[in-house]
Amino acid sequence: MEITAIFYLLPALLMFCAGVYGFITRKNMIAILISLELMLNAVDVFFVVFNRYLHPGQLEGMFFTLFAIAIAAAETALAIAIIINIFRATKNVDVRGLNEMKF
Amino acid sequence: MDATLPLLILVIPLAMFLLLGLFGNKMSHPLAGTLGTLGMGTTLVLAYTVAFTYFFSGDPTFIAENGDRLQHVVFNQTWLAFTQNLVIKLGFLLDPISAMMLVVITTISFMVHLYSMGYMRDHHGVYEHGFQRFYAFLSLFSFSMLGLVVATNIFQMYIFWELVGASSYLLIGFYYTKPSAVSASKKAFIVTRFADLGFLIGILVLSFYTQTFNFVEFTSAPVEGLLDTYQVNIATSEGIRNIFASAQASTFMGASVLTWALVLIFMGGMGKSAMMPLHIWLPDAMEGPTPVSALIHAATMVVAGVYLVARLFPLYLMETAALDIITVVGAITALYAAMVACAQIDIKRVLAFSTISQIAFMMVSLGVARPDFHEGLGYMASMFHLFTHAMFKALLFLGAGALIHAIGSNDYTEMHGLRKHMPITHWTFLIGCLAIAGIIPFSGFFSKDEILSSCLGNSTFVYIWMSAVAALTAFYMFRLYYLIFWWKEHETPAGHHAPHDQPWTMSLPLIILAAISCVAGFIPFGNFVSWNGEPYDFMSHFDWSVAAVSLCVAILAIAFATVMYRKENPLPAKFKNAMPALWRWCHHRFYWDELYMFITHKIIFGLICKPIAWFDRHIIDGSMDAMATVTNKASEGIKPLQSGQIQFYVWVYLIGALLLGGITAICLM
Amino acid sequence: MIFDNILIYFVVIPLIMLGGLALCRNIKQIRAVAVTGSLALLALSVVLLVQYLEIRAGGNEDPMLFVDSWTWFAPLNINLAVGVDGISVAMLLLSSVIVLAGSFASWTIAQPKAFFLWLILLSTGVFGFFISIDLFTMFMFYEVALIPMYLLIGVWGSGNKNYSAMKLTLMLMGGSAFLMLGLIGIYYNSTGADGGHTWDILEIVKYSNISTGWQYFLFPMTFVGFGVLGAMFPFHTWSPDGHASAPTAVSMLHAGVLMKLGGYGCFRVAIYLMPQAAHDLSIIFLILTGISVVYGAFSACVQTDLKYINAYSSVSHCGLVLFAILMLNSTAMTGAIMQMLSHGLMTALFFALIGMIYGRTHTRDIRQMGGLMKIMPFLAVCYVIAGFASLGLPGLSGFVAEMTIFVGSFEAGMANYLSGAGSTRLVFTIIACCSIVITAVYILRVVGKLLLGPVHDKHHLELTDATWWERVATIMLIVAVAGIGCFPNFFNNLINTTFTEKIFTVLGMN
Repeated sequence: MEITAIFYLLPALLMFCAGVYGFITRKNMIAILISLELMLNAVDVFFVVFNRYLHPGQLEGMFFTLFAIAIAAAETALAIAIIINIFRATKNVDVRGLNEMKF
Repeated sequence: MDATLPLLILVIPLAMFLLLGLFGNKMSHPLAGTLGTLGMGTTLVLAYTVAFTYFFSGDPTFIAENGDRLQHVVFNQTWLAFTQNLVIKLGFLLDPISAMMLVVITTISFMVHLYSMGYMRDHHGVYEHGFQRFYAFLSLFSFSMLGLVVATNIFQMYIFWELVGASSYLLIGFYYTKPSAVSASKKAFIVTRFADLGFLIGILVLSFYTQTFNFVEFTSAPVEGLLDTYQVNIATSEGIRNIFASAQASTFMGASVLTWALVLIFMGGMGKSAMMPLHIWLPDAMEGPTPVSALIHAATMVVAGVYLVARLFPLYLMETAALDIITVVGAITALYAAMVACAQIDIKRVLAFSTISQIAFMMVSLGVARPDFHEGLGYMASMFHLFTHAMFKALLFLGAGALIHAIGSNDYTEMHGLRKHMPITHWTFLIGCLAIAGIIPFSGFFSKDEILSSCLGNSTFVYIWMSAVAALTAFYMFRLYYLIFWWKEHETPAGHHAPHDQPWTMSLPLIILAAISCVAGFIPFGNFVSWNGEPYDFMSHFDWSVAAVSLCVAILAIAFATVMYRKENPLPAKFKNAMPALWRWCHHRFYWDELYMFITHKIIFGLICKPIAWFDRHIIDGSMDAMATVTNKASEGIKPLQSGQIQFYVWVYLIGALLLGGITAICLM
Repeated sequence: MIFDNILIYFVVIPLIMLGGLALCRNIKQIRAVAVTGSLALLALSVVLLVQYLEIRAGGNEDPMLFVDSWTWFAPLNINLAVGVDGISVAMLLLSSVIVLAGSFASWTIAQPKAFFLWLILLSTGVFGFFISIDLFTMFMFYEVALIPMYLLIGVWGSGNKNYSAMKLTLMLMGGSAFLMLGLIGIYYNSTGADGGHTWDILEIVKYSNISTGWQYFLFPMTFVGFGVLGAMFPFHTWSPDGHASAPTAVSMLHAGVLMKLGGYGCFRVAIYLMPQAAHDLSIIFLILTGISVVYGAFSACVQTDLKYINAYSSVSHCGLVLFAILMLNSTAMTGAIMQMLSHGLMTALFFALIGMIYGRTHTRDIRQMGGLMKIMPFLAVCYVIAGFASLGLPGLSGFVAEMTIFVGSFEAGMANYLSGAGSTRLVFTIIACCSIVITAVYILRVVGKLLLGPVHDKHHLELTDATWWERVATIMLIVAVAGIGCFPNFFNNLINTTFTEKIFTVLGMN
């Protein structure tokens, strides 16, 4: 059986949907961040897969994935820093409780 | 006539007011008093000069060849032009009554200025607080009153009419720390203001039809060849009636528009002259210093209403219905005030009600005057009584002031038996009482007799009615006289020194006014003042039967008063107990004040002002606030959509996207 | 050249003052700038008055003088167009007197720099409004005059200031919304000299013919829009709260000048441009304004806060202004303008005095004061004079204004009645006349309770009388009030030149 693109895309899609579901439902900021990472990584997989199957001779998708990974890492670091700071200030990482600056 | 003298008559008091009002506080008390008195003295001299020139010079601008006295406009300056025709001018009209009033006002005002120099200080010679202010206000009043009587047009009269009202307000409230004085001054102003509303509307109606404010155009016609000189001419006023008659809406609620205008104008006069039912302010106005009562509330301002009717008399002759109303109002007021005066214990109140009653006499006299009876005798009698009344009533008030100054109270129960302690006051007061009671040869006899004659010429009923009032007048005046000077011997309260006569500044005016009251009756008044300027020889028309009857009536009334009050006796108490209801009603002035109190406080404040204020705060403002509240609530309602929860946004986004996708798909299929 | 026209300096001087204020370092410099600038404005209005009278004396009968126009935004034909007639000259004079008095009255205000910056910005709007004859520019200046009010009340006010500032601003903005709709409607119905649309009042009057149907829509829009600022019943409720919370100088300027913007606008825009609708619809607004004359007076009778009394009295007096304008009779209209001058000056005087009394006693409740005549005679005497002006004593400004209005209104009412066109005008004229009695009631009530009688509060005995700057402010206003009252014909003629036959033909009246 030949391994077609669908074998990669389907898990990636599942992963993305799991990310979306987690993003909507989880109230813990760390969990939301993890969901976000899931979505990002799913998209990375898409990039790599489409690059491999649609434009086999080229590497733009690969490089874009590398960029995305790097940026995601930076972003995660930033987000974690913010979350830790919020936690220090409020002893809380539940998004429902964080409405001090609303309205 | 040169305009300088007349102009100075108005300018000097005004200048005095400004000088004393602005810089009075920097002056010493005697300086301010002297300045004010000197200013008034100069005005007096000028006014006498003008009046004597008018009456005796024989100048053709003042007297026609046939001896008729003419109206002369000395100057007339445009002040405010509403339209081309309706122009308020400030001017100086010289005619018999204005010249006569100039004399009356300046005489009384000068006397009062002089008198106040003594009155407005206590027994140790210390001047009262606000002495300079007092003189400033007196000057303001004199200015306004002089401006009123020389008015050339009805709006000038209205202007000065308001100004005398304001100066009266200021002077009644002179002792402004006393709540009773404050409320009295307020009452005086508001009641007269209400009357002035009628006056104003009357002016508006009259001027709308006639397209002029000028008195001379209402009542007179120009004399050929003489600029600014006029003659009372019935034809002009006929012309005015034609204007009113030809207009489409010449009748309104059953009466002609001219009648309405004249009655409304008379309403202004009722307010100022304290006719029923607008009389309630005058007794309270006695809260002011006594010289003020003498000047404003006895001699000059309160007769402004009479003067107003006299000024427009040819117009009133056109509508005798209005004159009948004046007669009725006057007759009722005269009786009412005389009855109330019999039951008062405050000597100034007695005099105040006596003033109301006497002014009502003048009003009745105007009301019954007709040219077909003795060439308008009533008009002349009214003006004559105005003149004599001003003198003897000022005398009585100044005498009362002397008593109050000596005793420190307005209440006659604290006086009694003062005749030996204060002889000058006693004799002058007695002359005043004899004059007002109408005893020959004092001035009141002549003027009151003329009034009664003209009443008889109009209606016997009015004659009997007014004779009864005259008898009551003699009774209550002598009741007052005996209770002050006789009844029982004076007991000086412990710690007080015995009352004594006053300094010369106060005695001199009393003596002068008493002298005038003795001789004024012999002035051939008809030669000077008559309704159309034609000299009127009143001795030839003198009705001796009327005179004899009124004299008898007066003497009887005085005798009755003598029996009752000369010596302390139980008779007055018996009378009081015999008619308790009548006495109570008279004592409480027929409860008019209570009625007004009810109307103003309960109805106007309670049922109009307060509900309106509530309506404004709660309904009008409430609906504005409600709009704000609704907006606020609505935005609070949609605020949760902007929760700030991204997860919620994503849900909404997803649901929206799915719905949109679904709809698109359905539409495509 | 733009600076050749004298009118433009009415906007330039306040702008220079704003610059000067920005550079100021201490209170003395601020006061110097404010007083010098206001004096310059006063001098400028006097110069303008003299020049205006000279030109008129020369026989010039143009509806407006010193007319000029500079393009601002060509595609929409928006210009900075200026020009004045007798009414505007009188209004400019009034504004400059009150701005000067206001500067003296805020001598010791907190945060003076910011306060004066906003106050002068507000005056810029006022002066700009009175010189403009371009509807768009006029509206712009109108808004410039309104907005600073929010901050002036919100920051420097007293009492329930946030609520009042918000209420005042929102209600006036609501009026502006109507107004803007009306003005845009006029623009799209106008025909200028070149055949296109125009904002220029003179051109609209001369060339345009707004259809009656549109007039029926646009007249109420503009009249109500301006009427809100002129405290027309039932849109007057911002006035009591707003005035009560505003600092002294702001109350003075607002009641003295800003409320006049309303009356002036009603005349200049609503009636001047849409005479037909004014004639047909005036009866509705006459009833509203006639009601507000007595309604305000009755409400004032039972208030206990000095500023509320005065605010309701303003409702009554300003009601009379709009009432007289709607009579469409030259005498009554002259009276309306006189009443604007008179009311502006005497209300400014009232608010100045109330501010000064409040600054000493720290209360405005008349039940907690009494006998102030003994304690602060100068202020008390000034208050009595202001009261007399308000109740229409001859010799002060109120009398001449009211009498002119009554004579004119009565004439219009009678003419209507006799021609069989109904008696509403006549009846409401008589109702309005009744206000002279009610005014006397509430004025004398305050004078009696506040100034006369025994001293109510022993602590008040230690209070002092007016300082020199307070004396300057009040004396200046009193002199102006007495000036109008003693020499009314001068102002009457100044205003009357506007109501010449020519204008009335334009208005389709008389």
